[in-house]
Amino acid sequence: MRKSTNQKAWWLVAPVLLLVAFNAFIPLMTVVNYSLQETFGDNVFFWEGLTWFEQVLRSERFHASLMRQLLFTSMILAIEVPLGIAVALSMPRKGPWVSVCLVLMALPLLIPWNVVGAMWNIFALPDIGLLGYSLNSMGFDYNFTQQPVSAWMTTVVMDVWHWTSLIVLLCYAGLCSIPDAYYQAARIDGASGWAVFRYIQLPKMKRVLTIAILLRFMDSFMIYTEPFVLTGGGPGNTTTFLSIDLVKIALGQFDLGPAAAMSLIYFLVVLLICWVFYTLMMRNEAQ
Amino acid sequence: MNRKWILPTLYILFLMLPIYGLLTMSFKTTNEILGGFSFFPQQFTLDNYIKIFTDPTWYNGYINSLIYVVINTVISVSVALPAAYAFSRYRFLGDKHLFFWLLTNRMAPPAVFALPFFQLYSAIELFDTHFAVALAHCLFNIPLAVWILEGFMSGIPKELDETAYLDGYSFWRFFIRIFVPTIAAGIGVAAFFCFMYSWVELLLAKTLTSVDAKPIAATMTRTASTSGYELGLLAAAGSLTIIPGAIVIYFVRNYIAKGFALGRV
Amino acid sequence: MAWTWPTAAFFIVIVCSIITMGVWEKFSPGGNPRRGVFGIDTTRGDRLFISWLGTGFIHLGWLAFIGTPLWGALALAIGWFVFVFRKV
Repeated sequence: MRKSTNQKAWWLVAPVLLLVAFNAFIPLMTVVNYSLQETFGDNVFFWEGLTWFEQVLRSERFHASLMRQLLFTSMILAIEVPLGIAVALSMPRKGPWVSVCLVLMALPLLIPWNVVGAMWNIFALPDIGLLGYSLNSMGFDYNFTQQPVSAWMTTVVMDVWHWTSLIVLLCYAGLCSIPDAYYQAARIDGASGWAVFRYIQLPKMKRVLTIAILLRFMDSFMIYTEPFVLTGGGPGNTTTFLSIDLVKIALGQFDLGPAAAMSLIYFLVVLLICWVFYTLMMRNEAQ
Repeated sequence: MNRKWILPTLYILFLMLPIYGLLTMSFKTTNEILGGFSFFPQQFTLDNYIKIFTDPTWYNGYINSLIYVVINTVISVSVALPAAYAFSRYRFLGDKHLFFWLLTNRMAPPAVFALPFFQLYSAIELFDTHFAVALAHCLFNIPLAVWILEGFMSGIPKELDETAYLDGYSFWRFFIRIFVPTIAAGIGVAAFFCFMYSWVELLLAKTLTSVDAKPIAATMTRTASTSGYELGLLAAAGSLTIIPGAIVIYFVRNYIAKGFALGRV
Repeated sequence: MAWTWPTAAFFIVIVCSIITMGVWEKFSPGGNPRRGVFGIDTTRGDRLFISWLGTGFIHLGWLAFIGTPLWGALALAIGWFVFVFRKV
């Protein structure tokens, strides 16, 4: 659409700006202030300079939770994206089952995040949960509160359960926008299933898939509630991701300085990813 | 050819299993739950649900959650409407950067903001009110609403605006009388997404409340910590939180993908 | 909010840089996107953002691998600003 230049449009944006800025700037300024000081409570602060940043950047603990975070994010992307595409491809295009499928698939997305965690916690309890009991009676030694591997698997499967539908829905919407004529042309040309996928379906899904992958990347990067309720970051620290670690430092130990410094580093990383996302998306849109 | 239904069916089965586990557990007595696993409830009971509907600390949780979710949805959508119109129709100094800045707020990890939010809302004496949570959730819901609405509005030809202005409509009269009804579907979807994200969020809601506005999600964490003791109650409370979502999903089922794509399918 | 002079100065500098961009654009419009060395289209505002973001990461990297003082990082960041505004 051709847009006309109109500086007065700022007035229409002003209320949004005020509300979001209130929520975004004041906390951000507070965090920057804390990150350079030390406090023992009572609103008394001591100047610390860049000590906290240096400490966080060099701490084993931060590196470990960052690594866990990256590993977790890449694992869920590697599972959710292919699975989501496969399910979207095999869903019916028309008929009464479409609505049923869509509603059932969207269901996990609307469950409060702590309920997701609690549900999986119950589901996976080794002696009384459906999953835990079945796995153990099949002869697997499974106990997610004690074995790091089981805890990891459960967290990853939970995220797959929770969010794959997002990728399915987006891909499905992309697929539905392909006119039937394309498929007929492909059939006349005798194109193989793979060729149809590679040259017709994948290009049409590209835009929504970019959005889906980057949304998943960012949401999984700030995941907190579900793993916290499911495993509490344990056993030990094996499922302590960035946000969980951050909350532990800030609210658990009340180390405001290091927590603030960590927040800012975390925020810069998120900002970089956002920018890459936005640039990619706008480029897609321009094409 | 027609073996295609297998994968979606298996996938949906996988989605339903944990929900089934939760539902059956909510109909069991505590003794039965702790006694061992069973696929169906042996002694079917509604006690857990009765407890939730009669104990104010439980059902108030639902009411609190619904109140702040509704306030938030109303604020977010009504503020986002004119802004989305501006983004979809006009070019102005810094428009793209503003749009990007809104996106970054959608992506900001709530954990980063938890503590400053607590102090901010305590300072303006809104702590433990529904407004505090509703305003805090604006941080990610307003950007979301702007994005979704902008996507829907871009699909409406500019001729509509121009004809109305030629007919002598003022901006606000055109906006409320003609434009808003035209994008009713978009508003519905935006409202649904604001509802959803405010409904599922816990960290900020929990941080900003203590007693009077405590959300159901936070009430539930109380039983979760006394592990195993009131599992049936926890399961029943969890099952009940699924219902509002399940109802609203039905109305937006055909637009839900468009909403997640931020209006850009 | 526990303000100190250095943090206040930090925010003032950022706000001033944004205002400068607005004033520059008003008196000498030239904000049309151009394609730079990274193959992306950027306007002046985008370049300011890329510069600031890069500056943040340069300082963090210096702190992580070399440590205080940060004069070297500052010099690098100024170089990065010049590079972004001329080439990207």
